Amino acid sequence: MWNYEKRLQYPINIKTPNAKIAQYIMSQYGGPDGEISASLRYLSQRFAMPNRMAAAVLNDVGTEELAHLEMVSTIVHQLTRDLSMEEIEKSGLGAYYIDHTVGVWPQAAGGIPFNACEFQSKGDPLTDLFEDLAAEQKARATYDNILRVVRNIPEIADPIRFLRAREVVHFQRFGEALRSVQEQLDSKNFYAFNPGFDMPCEASCKNS
Amino acid sequence: MMYHNSSCSRTQLLQQINEVSFAVDDLLLYLDTHPCCEKGMALYKEYAEKRKNLMKKYAECYGPLTIDDALETNADTWKWMEQPFPWEREGGCR
Repeated sequence: MWNYEKRLQYPINIKTPNAKIAQYIMSQYGGPDGEISASLRYLSQRFAMPNRMAAAVLNDVGTEELAHLEMVSTIVHQLTRDLSMEEIEKSGLGAYYIDHTVGVWPQAAGGIPFNACEFQSKGDPLTDLFEDLAAEQKARATYDNILRVVRNIPEIADPIRFLRAREVVHFQRFGEALRSVQEQLDSKNFYAFNPGFDMPCEASCKNS
Repeated sequence: MMYHNSSCSRTQLLQQINEVSFAVDDLLLYLDTHPCCEKGMALYKEYAEKRKNLMKKYAECYGPLTIDDALETNADTWKWMEQPFPWEREGGCR
């Protein structure tokens, strides 16, 4: 169960609209390495985790990703409000405008709609956690690409830097979750069984 | 044992929390479209207070259900992570 807090995790106040940059940053909302992908990936994968620590990391990072998708869509909204028709047409946002006006809709920078095939939920904790580590790096690299474009615009660059830093923290926590899973596996063969399917629950989740 | 014994069981307490929380959820939606309704406000106040107290009691007896109650446990270590997920089978972790 979730409760909503009517605030952003990091404040965003963009005063100058910019249709071109909105189109780029939109990718971190509904693109292949975006925040919708991230949140749905972790919140879906939670169920297969074989210990409380790994499940807690997926649950709590997945929850934070919901706050991040709100931040990214706030950036897109603030960059597209008060745009003139001329700016929309000149910037290349015209095709998006025809379908969505300036409503926020999840798509990649290249216009591909959000699709659940952008993430996997394999039901195998090692596979899922390695995907999560890669996902955090892909998102970090996308934020680096965005930062090369917006580095001289502090009102956009500041929240993007915050989001980039969180990817690095999440990568670290997923590494620790992975280790917690590996420690309950056969150290001579991590792949001897799938702890999300073959083995009943281990002691690590018993109530103390 | 770091948790207090309670007058009611975990399941009973959770059931009470579910009931008052649903009242809060429903009143929230109602008040969004009827912000001046006095009766709605009074009911919200009643259920929100009950919920707050029950959540606190649950955290003290069985561990936190929400991060805001993470320190209501009187334990020295982080109890949030150990809490069972609501889909788990009793005694297991899935």
